[in-house]
This record gives sequence, C-alpha cells and structure tokens, in this order.
Amino acid sequence: METKNFILINQLCSNYNVELSFFKQLSEIGLIKIMTIEQSHFIHQDKINDIEKMIRIHHELDVNIEGIDVVFNLLQKVDNLQNELTSIKNRLQLYEND
Amino acid sequence: MAFIDYYKILGVDKTATDKEIKKAYRKLARKYHPDLNPDNKVAEKKFKEINEANEVLSNSENRKKYDKYGKDWKHSEEFEKARQQQQYQRSSYQGSSGGFGGSGGFSDSDYSDFFESMFGGASSSARSRSVKYRGQDFNAELHLDLKDVYTTHKQTLTVNGKKIRLTIPAGVKNGQVIKIKGHGGKGINGDPNGDLHIKFSISNHTQFKRDKDNLYLNVDLDLYKAVLGGDITIDTFDGKVKLKIKPETQNGTKVKLKGKGFPVYKKEGQFGDLYITYQIKIPTNLTDKEKELFRELAKL
Repeated sequence: METKNFILINQLCSNYNVELSFFKQLSEIGLIKIMTIEQSHFIHQDKINDIEKMIRIHHELDVNIEGIDVVFNLLQKVDNLQNELTSIKNRLQLYEND
Repeated sequence: MAFIDYYKILGVDKTATDKEIKKAYRKLARKYHPDLNPDNKVAEKKFKEINEANEVLSNSENRKKYDKYGKDWKHSEEFEKARQQQQYQRSSYQGSSGGFGGSGGFSDSDYSDFFESMFGGASSSARSRSVKYRGQDFNAELHLDLKDVYTTHKQTLTVNGKKIRLTIPAGVKNGQVIKIKGHGGKGINGDPNGDLHIKFSISNHTQFKRDKDNLYLNVDLDLYKAVLGGDITIDTFDGKVKLKIKPETQNGTKVKLKGKGFPVYKKEGQFGDLYITYQIKIPTNLTDKEKELFRELAKL
C-alpha cells in the first residue's frame, strides 16, 4: 500500500516527544485512526492538524484523553453552531432593508 | 509603553506561591486557549497576556527582576544594565539552539513591548512548548461581490508575499471557508506545509436577495397590468426574462422561476430557483379624468 500520504507514528512520537501509548489511546477512543502497513503504524497526514491540537490540549492544559474526547466533541458542536449561525445571518439579509 | 501588572492578569496576590501562580495560569489557559476558542481574537489576546504573565511569574529569576524594577523600570539604570545582560544571554542561547518546530505558535511579536524591553523576548521554555510538525496554517479573508461568485472564476491572491492562483467555484456562500492544501506555512526539513484557509465575505449590491441557492426579487407591477394582465421583462443573473402577468394578479403574489437562481456549489449545471414577489403600485397624482373614472368604477 502507498504510504505517501501517511506519517509514521514513531516519527511523530519523537517529534512531539510523546509516547506511542498516547496515540494508541487516541485510537482506542476513536479520535484518530491508525493504519498498519507492513507492520508499521501510520496516521494520515490530513489528521496532523487535529493531532497537534490534541497534543497541545494534553500538554499545555493537562487534559487527559477522555477530556480531549469531550473537548473535540464540543468543538465539533461549536463548529456546527457557527455554520448554522452564518447560514441564519445570511438568511436574515432576506428580511433586512426592505 | 505601559507597565503591565502580571499579578492582576493572573488574578493572584503579589505574595502568591509558585503553586498558586501555576494553578491560576492553568485555570485561565483552559478558558482562553486558542484551540478551545477558534477564531476568537479576544481570547487569543487574553491568552497571550496570561502566557506572558506566566512567563514572568513562573520563572523565579524573571519574577525577582519584575518585582524589583517593575513600575520603575523606565528610570532605573540598574534595570537597563540587567536588560542588556539578559539580551546578551538570550542571543547566545538562540545562536546555539536548534531543535524541532520553529514555525510554531510563539514568536517575539506575541509579547508586549514591556516584556520585550524588560526580558528581551520569549524564553526558550515558551518556544519549545509549541507543537508543530507541519507548517503553520494561514487564514485569509476574501471579499467578493455576489456577481463575482455567480460563475466559476480564477483569481490570483497574494498570501504572505506568495502569489497563489485560485479557482473560485460558482455558488460559494458568504462566510464559507475553503481549505487550500499545502499553501500555508512551509514545513521544516521536508515536513508537510500548512494549509491556507480562505473565508469568503460576499457583499450583495444587486436587487436580488440570496438564501443558499435561491434568489428572491421584488418586482413592482402597475395597477392596470395587475388588473388586466400583460407582459413584463425582468433582469436575472442569466439575462432578461419575459413574464406573463395573469389578469387580477393580487399584491404579494409569488412566482417561482425554476433554475433561474444561483448556481449550486460544486454541482455544475445545477441552479437554485428565483422567487419573484409582485408588489402592486397604486397610481398617484391622478388627473381629474382618472379620478372620475375610478369613481364610476366604484359605483358599478
């Protein structure tokens, strides 16, 4: 399988100075998907942004894995609400300046 | 350049212990951390302030200096000497530092002039804290007119001095964000580049109102045409359209023109609908003859 778009987890561990177990826990809770290609573990590069966010939340705010899950769910809700708000604001223009 | 009360920022007393400072910082960081407050400039500013306060108060050497010179830093010769010494030490450190992730979230500009003047820039601990593998994501806002986004078009943007040729698909919405992969900050040592996020701000100077893919238009209709029926021609984004007005059309009557609305985003050939609302205009400045005829009509 092509590994061009995937990043080796071991590489991320050394770059971010985190344990492999951290990624495994994130995977167990369903926050990331670990791909195993020829016995090596990878993560899709599109998830890097989220992973960096998870590491920052974990390290800088002392939030555990369950907490990260809660935060990500809430951020997703915030994002959905933000989109809804934009859509409603656009809709409101229909009734303005009449 | 004003004095900054770091104790006040963290909400702690001047006699606070290291533990109390750490606790106050953590509590505020959880509230204002940029990852928890996306696109919130106020939170971002606040986070920088509490970071700076923590940078000073959690470091015993910095705290001692701040407590000693604090408010009088401007007039103190002793302070100036200490500052120069500090800057010298920092430049030596930075010269020899390498490490991973230089493109991260903390830069000297994230600190106030007061901090820069007193401590000479961000410390190594703040720099190493930023987690970055890929390049930094860039955010940009693109202002367009509704007419511009009726058709797919190409536009060249300059982001951080780099020209990017962009295809803007027809039907993009106000407030919509699109991600241009790999056009953000450069990754270090061959790591992936960041992404460019473009938010569209679409202003509407047309007579149409837009809701998603549908357009709405109010059309004035004179009384005689509304009563007797006839033809009118209206302008749409797609050109002129001739409409038949039924006799006895009521004020506020709505007509749907299928497929004459706005293009559906990324679905070529698909369009929303155009909704027309007729607004019947009662004639004004009637002549005596017209008034007479209306009186006769009323008697019938």
